[in-house]
Amino acid sequence: MSNMVEIKDLYASIGDKKILKGLNLDLEEGKVHVIMGPNGAGKSTLSKAIVGHYDIEVEKGDILYKGENIVDEEPEMRALKGIFMSFQNPVEVPGVNNAYFLRTAVNAKRKFEGKEELNAAEFLRKAKELAKELGMKPELLNRSLNEGFSGGEKKRNETLQMLMLEPDFIILDEIDSGLDVDALRSVSEGINKLKDGKRTFLIITHYSRILDYVGPDYVHVLKDGKIIKSGGPELVSKLEEEGYAALGES
Amino acid sequence: MAQEEIDKAVSGEYKLGFEIDIEQDTVPPGLNEDTIRFISKKKNEPEWMTELRLEAFAKWQKMEEPHWAHVEYEPIDYQAISYYSAPKQAPESLDEVDPKILEAYKKLGIPLEEQKQLQGIAVDAVVDSVSVKTTFSEELKKHGIIFCSISEAIHDYPELIKKYMFSVVPMTDNFFAALNSAVFTDGTFVYIPKGVRCPMELSTYFRINALNTGQFERTLIVADEGSYVSYNEGCSAPMRDDSQLHAAVVELVAMKDAEIKYSTIQNWYPGDENGKGGIYNFVTKRGLCKGDNSKISWTQVETGSVITWKYPSCILQGDNSVGEFYSVAVTTLAQQADTGTKMIHLGKNTSSTIISKGISAMKGQNSYRGLVKMGAKATGARNFSECDSLLIGNECGAHTFPYLENKCAHAQVEHEATTTKISDEQLFYLRQRGINEEDAVSMIVHGFCKEVFAHLPMEYAVEARALLELTLEGSVG
Repeated sequence: MSNMVEIKDLYASIGDKKILKGLNLDLEEGKVHVIMGPNGAGKSTLSKAIVGHYDIEVEKGDILYKGENIVDEEPEMRALKGIFMSFQNPVEVPGVNNAYFLRTAVNAKRKFEGKEELNAAEFLRKAKELAKELGMKPELLNRSLNEGFSGGEKKRNETLQMLMLEPDFIILDEIDSGLDVDALRSVSEGINKLKDGKRTFLIITHYSRILDYVGPDYVHVLKDGKIIKSGGPELVSKLEEEGYAALGES
Repeated sequence: MAQEEIDKAVSGEYKLGFEIDIEQDTVPPGLNEDTIRFISKKKNEPEWMTELRLEAFAKWQKMEEPHWAHVEYEPIDYQAISYYSAPKQAPESLDEVDPKILEAYKKLGIPLEEQKQLQGIAVDAVVDSVSVKTTFSEELKKHGIIFCSISEAIHDYPELIKKYMFSVVPMTDNFFAALNSAVFTDGTFVYIPKGVRCPMELSTYFRINALNTGQFERTLIVADEGSYVSYNEGCSAPMRDDSQLHAAVVELVAMKDAEIKYSTIQNWYPGDENGKGGIYNFVTKRGLCKGDNSKISWTQVETGSVITWKYPSCILQGDNSVGEFYSVAVTTLAQQADTGTKMIHLGKNTSSTIISKGISAMKGQNSYRGLVKMGAKATGARNFSECDSLLIGNECGAHTFPYLENKCAHAQVEHEATTTKISDEQLFYLRQRGINEEDAVSMIVHGFCKEVFAHLPMEYAVEARALLELTLEGSVG
């Protein structure tokens, strides 16, 4: 099987603080990968580096996506090529209508792929249907983007965007934090819906509970800016029992 | 790319800065009684008008230029300006309009040939000091509507002019209004008779073309009892290194049960990123809701000019009369705008709404200045004001100066103000979803302005959106 993403010897910092220190990681196509690790290990920095967040300075190393180095690409270009990140704390954008925003994003991607743009009616039909499946109130589509949304509503809205954009590589940064059981179940169902044997997932989490719904294929442990161990789902229970410290020595 | 080109690319290039190459009849710079007599004579005006001009000039000479606005600019030398400039050969019909002028208006997106016009919009086209063409006048006459240049109106409708000109903005109202009263060259006159709903949008397009000239137009709109009119104005000017003065006066009168909707898209040349060149826009606009149940609504989209000093106002004299002010003012490059409104409540149960949206980018400075005044007899009067500012970048500024004078115990005033900055996080969020940076900014900006755009006639709302995009192009990053 081929790798969708290959990260080679990545060094990245935020301001003066060096966070990723020679990280190597291969993500096999079509699989669900989980990254676990203690606070401050560099999990969010890694996901931000992949999508080209302005806070992160990549000092050295390559991020290969579908065989192409994307380290110098603009964030929107990475997105158009199929990389999607669900934000840990989605920002509120007052005045920008949620449905209008989403349609613009969907059509920007369709245009990039040489597909015909969706008209307003086609778009709304699809968006409403998916929102319903996610247990999201339809009126949220007509509100300003994320403005005044509850934590659960924001995460459902992220999931809706993911379903509408149909990305190839999906990064879920702490999508399970602050969710009640119902919300966690519908977000997980959304993720499972997109599994097609080609799409690749990178789930960043502190907890194992989302993994009960979305079965991971691989687990990678990130500590001190490096991947210190990779393995199968059995690593999750090992971590829960023995903690990260035990792995540090292996 | 040369630095010059890069700078140009990031400063929302001004697309209307071309010059019309026509023969102009221009008086030498300078201002004295002879200049005024010259203008009046050029326009073949009756003696009473010449006298009014001279009276205004005498008063203006005793007045001082105001400096209370939050703007800074080089002193204006009133003797260095030419006060009259006109394309040679005043046209009698469209066939006689210089083809170069027709061409220029086409470039501006305003075809003057009637058969090609947008359905339902009548246009008065003013180049420098004269009106070159008014379309659909005949058609409108059938409804008893007068739509002509102010010069024609002085000849043809002296009684209406004598009655209403200076009735809302007295000639000594302020320094710039007095100057305009003395030297105004052209502009538009509209009269809607009793009970008539004007069947089409009326529109005037102002173009400054000649070098070192000022533009001093005067617009007067009278809506008689129970009538309705929607009027729009647009403007542009060539790119020049020297600043040019524009000092206009607009007077609106709405009688009992009448409604006037006045929309402006102001796109005068904004100068360069150091504030060099550009139009000094000192304008007095005021509407009088004279009769009961009358309504005046101002909607403005201000993107041009290097200095803007402008406060479209409403005097709510009739009982139950309504005043509205919807404004989007954009300052980018080194533009400075001090704009807002005055709502003067005199009648009972009068109400006013103020929605002001200021957008500042690059080194732009945007000030909202508004007065809400409740007269002693304005029982039951209400005002709602909302002033929002949006900042793009770190070098720009937004300022709010709301004034309130309440002499009435039974009047209600509400004021809300917000300032927000387009954050990096918002931009990044939209970009991560595949929307490029420019589109992301314009999406946030449009979201911010949409409450105001909703009040523009459809075609103008589309134009305003496009203009805003062009103005803010490259102002991020």
